[in-house]
Amino acid sequence: MKLLWDLFFTFARIGGFTFGGGYAMLPMIQNEVVERKKWASEEEVMNYYAVGQSTPGVIAVDTATFIGYKQAGVWGAIFATLGVITPSFFIITEIAAFIRNFLENEAVAHALAGINVAVAVLVISAVINLWKKGVKNLFGICMFAIGFAISVFTNWSPIVVVVLAIISGIAYGKAVERKAGDGK
Amino acid sequence: MNVIFALVYEFFKTGLFAVGGGLATLPFLYDIASRYAWLDISIMSDMIAISESTPGPIGVNMATYCGYNAGFSAGGIGLGIFAGLAATLALVLPSLITILIVARILDKFQSSTLVDNAFKGLRPAVCGLIASAALSVFSSACLEVDLFKASGSFASLFDIKALVLFALLFAVNKKIKLHPVFIIIPAAIAGIIFEM
Repeated sequence: MKLLWDLFFTFARIGGFTFGGGYAMLPMIQNEVVERKKWASEEEVMNYYAVGQSTPGVIAVDTATFIGYKQAGVWGAIFATLGVITPSFFIITEIAAFIRNFLENEAVAHALAGINVAVAVLVISAVINLWKKGVKNLFGICMFAIGFAISVFTNWSPIVVVVLAIISGIAYGKAVERKAGDGK
Repeated sequence: MNVIFALVYEFFKTGLFAVGGGLATLPFLYDIASRYAWLDISIMSDMIAISESTPGPIGVNMATYCGYNAGFSAGGIGLGIFAGLAATLALVLPSLITILIVARILDKFQSSTLVDNAFKGLRPAVCGLIASAALSVFSSACLEVDLFKASGSFASLFDIKALVLFALLFAVNKKIKLHPVFIIIPAAIAGIIFEM
């Protein structure tokens, strides 16, 4: 039981003190989990991160689940996961409730208009980074175009794109392997 | 109560299909906002800004924020808090289940060519999805689509103040890698000073 609460509070600390999510959380996880608690080696954390990127959901949550599971089984996974989301829940609920009272205020409206521009900058920069990491060849460009076009011109769910992309990726990989096999 | 069921269903789906962390949930949130009256598309940019400038994983922050606002518009603060909690838990539940399965077969998963191949298609497609969300964010911040449709004059499409600020922030962000908060705060100040 002590270990479960230790997992909860350690991950609550990680969730409560890292701004920005994703890779911004990595140094904090390394500090708390690798150096202080010695729950995992640096290499294991990097592995969990890699798997977190290739499984559904939020990467920080995936990492918490992994470490919790490794330390204390299914309950460990649940406590670590609840720990990492608890600070978010309280902070965001406060802010969401607070901001609703000020939406009619003129200065707040101007500030939010400015902030919207900053958000556009951040999201477009993120897309450029994802493009650099993920779009490597003509097949990648086609998949990008399909994902973009379906999202802009239809009201289909993004799930359609995700499923289609997984099937296409597997088929493309098979085709490449076969071609390489023929070459031998 | 209908809102809660719909939120749980939609965020569970989002948690299950949004691969690649944080911003990958964004296209799903736009999709939800386009189908339900209780989630207003106009809160999206505020939501992203708040999620990026407060502690915690961005995907979790966005789920809490969406849930709260959906619940609030359906039945006030009490339902808002409950709805925020429901959306957040629904988002992380698929992760929890997936990781518990993957943790048992970690080595096989990491060396699987099937998983590797799936990602050759998935990574660029998810990038395309987020690019479409980025386009929505950009047009709501820097373009006056409604004004353009009403007047038909091409010049009225562009919000000049916003575009100048966009170019400036984009250049700074490209030059020095700053934490999002240091892009968001100056933009808020500029918004107040220049009455955007």
